[in-house]
Amino acid sequence: MNPTASRRHVVIEPLTRVEGHGKVTIEIDDDGRVRQSRLHIVEFRGFERFVQGRPYWEVPVLVQRLCGICPVSHHLAAAKAMDRIVGADALPPTAEKMRRLMHYGQILQSHALHFFHLASPDLLFGFEAPVDDRNVVAVARRFPDLALMGIQLRRFGQEIIEATAGKRIHGTGAIPGGVNQSLPVERRDHFRAQMAEVLRSSQRAVEVARDYTTAHVDELRHFADFPSSHLSLVREDGAMDLYDGRIRAVDADGRTLLDLLDVQAYREVMAEEVRDWSYMKFPFLRERGPEDGWYRVGPLARMNTCDCIPSPLAERARQDFRKTLGQGARRVSMAYHWARMIEMLHAAEVVAGLLEDDDLLGTELCARGERRTEAVGAIEAPRGTLIHHYEVGEDDLVRRANLIVSTTHNNEAMNRAVRRVAEDHLQGVEIREEMLNRIEVAIRAYDPCLSCATHAMGRMPLIVEVVDTSGRLRARRSRDGGTGGARSGD
Amino acid sequence: MTPDRNRVLVLGFGNPGRGDDALGPLLAEEVARRRLPGVDADATYELQIEDAVAVAAHDRVYFVDATVEGGHPFRFERVRPEPGIDFSSHGIGPGGVVDLAERHFESNAECWLLTVRGDDFGEFQEGLSARARVHFEAALAALLERLDPQSAGANGG
Repeated sequence: MNPTASRRHVVIEPLTRVEGHGKVTIEIDDDGRVRQSRLHIVEFRGFERFVQGRPYWEVPVLVQRLCGICPVSHHLAAAKAMDRIVGADALPPTAEKMRRLMHYGQILQSHALHFFHLASPDLLFGFEAPVDDRNVVAVARRFPDLALMGIQLRRFGQEIIEATAGKRIHGTGAIPGGVNQSLPVERRDHFRAQMAEVLRSSQRAVEVARDYTTAHVDELRHFADFPSSHLSLVREDGAMDLYDGRIRAVDADGRTLLDLLDVQAYREVMAEEVRDWSYMKFPFLRERGPEDGWYRVGPLARMNTCDCIPSPLAERARQDFRKTLGQGARRVSMAYHWARMIEMLHAAEVVAGLLEDDDLLGTELCARGERRTEAVGAIEAPRGTLIHHYEVGEDDLVRRANLIVSTTHNNEAMNRAVRRVAEDHLQGVEIREEMLNRIEVAIRAYDPCLSCATHAMGRMPLIVEVVDTSGRLRARRSRDGGTGGARSGD
Repeated sequence: MTPDRNRVLVLGFGNPGRGDDALGPLLAEEVARRRLPGVDADATYELQIEDAVAVAAHDRVYFVDATVEGGHPFRFERVRPEPGIDFSSHGIGPGGVVDLAERHFESNAECWLLTVRGDDFGEFQEGLSARARVHFEAALAALLERLDPQSAGANGG
């Protein structure tokens, strides 16, 4: 980079339909070439102080305050860490299966929300559709069957969560060493009665995602695509397991970088880089360093790390996915959508299987063992690998906490996706609707959740600014109707 | 519709771990604690598309949320079906929920949004700021007046 070259900044903030506040800065030179792109995310700090000094048994409840979108993931990751703190190395079958039911119910409702609510407008109406049309209500008008399917899948998943975790804002189901309740038989039967429809809807969703991807495959192969490594937990036999497992990472060509690493040792192989322009850290594999050691997590990564999916319908869909996309299954950001729906189908199959298991009705709910003072809990959250790490004193109070959330793992990947879009679509300093839409579409593929559930009404306009190197505002664009069309500076 | 046939839902939303963002859930929980006849109350972090089902199961709905705007302690406003984008992303706005409820579940619920002014939405913390506590009490009194079957018809709420 020529340090004397004049540069301009294109600023987009915050992203619509992405949790919390986000801002994109695209740095370009005098010729309008993209020099750099940065996705700024305001990650909320203070969580460590929030839990420090609190009794360890409160933590699985407290951590749900981190995120109003995926409280169950934090609840379970913290509970898994606290299992080890109380020495419960193996949970009673009822506890293990109740937690799995809770988690796969969450996967189902989270993936349904993302596909039908957030992503489907992009896919059904196209990237260049007017922004006022690209929302779930517009989907409901033009594709009522799909919209209704999304609501019903969401509702089913949410009912599973409420039956296993408790009230949606105060989930308490998972406790250190197990769970606090089993599943009442009438609730089990209530869910069983809905399973056939849930499975049908999940299969239909896979078809929609597949049809979209195959119909646009040539365009998608060149949209926000880039080579990367992938990381997730997998079962000891290499199969997909979203509740528990060991760490596996593969490189851009599918070669194994890490295999079956105990999550308790995550810090031996993973580190987090701090960059002066971002609140959010950049995790990487130590052996490859920060430049090359970054990776993707989430549905696409899991398709690339697992050897198989242990449920028949989803495994068949995974094989189709890999065969159809070939190398694109490792590169294309938009393949996340298809992968996400395959996982939703898998979650439905797992829930169906669990509902046939009488262990859910059992009475042995907790285990205990030799007390520990430090533990790691990891889970495959809907958006990717989630790691909770705690130190607990002999006085039972939390001394230290460290979390690596799924969206943080995908930090570098989302930056790469934005850069690819900017390289292809930015012209001068004019922020066209087309580019704005495509940046959002690229980031949305990762389903980022920015650890924020604060939303106070009226606080989130979409603002686009063009600023030159002296900080002077060159153009500004608002998506909330404030300034109308785009204006661009020179 | 006569008041004694009303099925009313109070649905508060916000994050209890983010200071004054707890206003919505706390108000809903306070209403739930009073076990008012014909009144259901629930709290959630954010409104979601499936809340359309709950809306459709009631005749009158009060969404309750914290707000950072306006000089008033609280405000009631009617919620109309609204196709607009809600910038809170994974969540959906009250107007979007009402639109889905009417479109898919034949809802004709009378829907209101109660916004309560908060001040502090900063880092992780539980509990309301001093001013939000005052606003909470005022909003609760006004909400309870509307929920009272004897006065609901008179105040239009």
